Amino acid sequence: MAAGRFLGFKITPLTRRRIDNFRANRRGVWSLWLFLFLFVGSLFAEFIANDKPFLVYYDGGFYMPIFEAYPETTFGGEFPTETDYQDAAVRQLIHDKGWMLNPLIPFSYGTIILDLGRPAPTPPSSRNWLGTDDQARDVLARLIYGFRISVLFGLTLTFFSSIVGVAAGAIQGYFGGWTDLLFQRFMEVWEGMPTLYLLIILASIVEPNFWWLLLLMLLFSWMSLVGVVRAEFLRARNFDYVRAARALGVRNRVIMFKHMLPNAMVATLTFLPFITSGSITTLTSLDFLGFGMPPGAASLGELLSQGKANLQAPWLGLTGFFVLALVLSLLVFIGEAARDAFDPRKTLR
Amino acid sequence: MWEESATSAAFCMAMVEKAAQVDKNTPLLSVRELLVRFKLGDGLAAALSRGPSYLKAVDEVSFDVGRGEVLGLVGESGSGKTTIGKAILRLYEPQSGSIVVNGVDITRMGDRALKHYRRDLQMVFQDPLSSLNPRHTVRTSLRTPLLLHKICPSSEVEQRIDEALTRAGLSPVFKPRYPHELSGGQLQRVAIARALTMSPGLVVADEPVSKLDVSVRAQILNLFKDLQAKFGISIIFITHDLRVARYLCHRIGVMYFGKLVEIASVEELFTAPKHPYTKALLGTLGAEGENLDGAQVAGEAFNPAADTTGCRYYARCPMRVDHCKTAHPPTETIKPGHDIACYEWRRS
Repeated sequence: MAAGRFLGFKITPLTRRRIDNFRANRRGVWSLWLFLFLFVGSLFAEFIANDKPFLVYYDGGFYMPIFEAYPETTFGGEFPTETDYQDAAVRQLIHDKGWMLNPLIPFSYGTIILDLGRPAPTPPSSRNWLGTDDQARDVLARLIYGFRISVLFGLTLTFFSSIVGVAAGAIQGYFGGWTDLLFQRFMEVWEGMPTLYLLIILASIVEPNFWWLLLLMLLFSWMSLVGVVRAEFLRARNFDYVRAARALGVRNRVIMFKHMLPNAMVATLTFLPFITSGSITTLTSLDFLGFGMPPGAASLGELLSQGKANLQAPWLGLTGFFVLALVLSLLVFIGEAARDAFDPRKTLR
Repeated sequence: MWEESATSAAFCMAMVEKAAQVDKNTPLLSVRELLVRFKLGDGLAAALSRGPSYLKAVDEVSFDVGRGEVLGLVGESGSGKTTIGKAILRLYEPQSGSIVVNGVDITRMGDRALKHYRRDLQMVFQDPLSSLNPRHTVRTSLRTPLLLHKICPSSEVEQRIDEALTRAGLSPVFKPRYPHELSGGQLQRVAIARALTMSPGLVVADEPVSKLDVSVRAQILNLFKDLQAKFGISIIFITHDLRVARYLCHRIGVMYFGKLVEIASVEELFTAPKHPYTKALLGTLGAEGENLDGAQVAGEAFNPAADTTGCRYYARCPMRVDHCKTAHPPTETIKPGHDIACYEWRRS
């Protein structure tokens, strides 16, 4: 295939071959599409599962409650507080002078459904497709939000830990000698720390939120990439083109990141999906134990722990299990395809 | 200790002053008692048992390179030719000795200060494919030194790249190509063009033709010869092929396991070699014979890791006497421009 352009980037023949290799792994390709579909979909969770309508037509004007909070008085109600669109009286008011478009799932992750008619958790029904949890919240809505936070967390953590890990590995591999020796010994000690206990202790000191958890887990997750990058740099530092660059007087930093890193990136990239799935697992287990996201936040781990606490309501545990298994499998399949795509034995034909 | 550093500081100052008034007679490069050693047997166990042992890849070698001079370094594999070349560019850190360029000692210079002198020293490596970054186009590879040393305004960069390529005998159409798209000879021309972009005073050419096809070798050798004649650059030409050295060089230094055993002008070396090793080498050349890789110098080779004090050529030497075993012969000048390290050279 001819070299073309994609989003302004030139597609080199090598990139083209890699794309072809990726495509050759069918399982990886559909995993990637399915994952992208679920992830991009979950980014619009507010439009899919929400207790507010996304469009209201009332008395000749349009309102978008997702973006702006309107007091009940806007629609002829009595209270100056934010409108509760699930309230039958409010619905009646709006329907009298217009209409409203509700999202597919008319519950947000925190919406407590008051008119279930039976004690929560309730099994799946036409109203709550995956049932409700023990606090009368819709499981499907919580699942969508929980999936989003898990994946976002996994990707962000992967991003930051690869930055730190690549930098650390590059420095060790490039300078070698004592730098390498001391850094490696430090990492061996650091790696020996009981990570989970430390996280639990730290989580009891600070109030855990997204960024705190990210920071705490970053303290330990950056090490996963160091080995690969270090090995690549140890190999590359003796290449003649690196020596030539040094002979030209190119600065160490520039040599590391302009001349050596692009060659080390191949090995690094294939690791990223696996790091992401590892991050998601860690977050889930923290949530399961109750040391993760703040109470009330939707998360896969919290769903699993509800499932454990309510064995009489198997839809909770099963939903959590299947979704987690799906996400992790998809990431692993994508990772396998990416590994194939960057395999030099396959690209250098 | 303190006195020593004080005197060395004064020495540096003197050097800087000296550099300001470089005259045409000071050699471009002056290497004195250069020692480069590599640690053998890494690890804690080796260190505890007997202390680290070292391989002296370059053992107290001294020579000068004049302006516009081509110095050949010949010797077998492992004789330390390449190590000398890389040490001169500070790609290996020398253990002791000094490297003086244009009257300035760069042996212990820090990276920042060294950058300025890098312009004067360039290297062409043995394997052209590995000496160019596989992910950089020819243009990027040639642009790096121009921008780094601000050799010309950025508007002229493209023009300079074209010039450099043309000088090296390549058409500018090669600019957008990647190294894997070029042949060995073309790549070596790119590497030469890169070295020349900075208009260096000295180019270290580390066996630049040994990885090339025979048909291309002559072209590259002629390119070196032309460039040398046209721009008056000095070249240290490292090779294991005596005929190549004879064709290109003004002077030739013969190395044997880290020691420079004989250095003389080409005519002198080929007509009146004094060191028994040089003689053995020339003997193998014979009738359009093989190069040194196939050379059969009789006798047992020297073990470079062994810490011998005697002459390294002792085991093979036909002229050996007892005191050759106790101390390595010092370098003596037997004629202007002809140095030799042998006790018994008069006998030959």
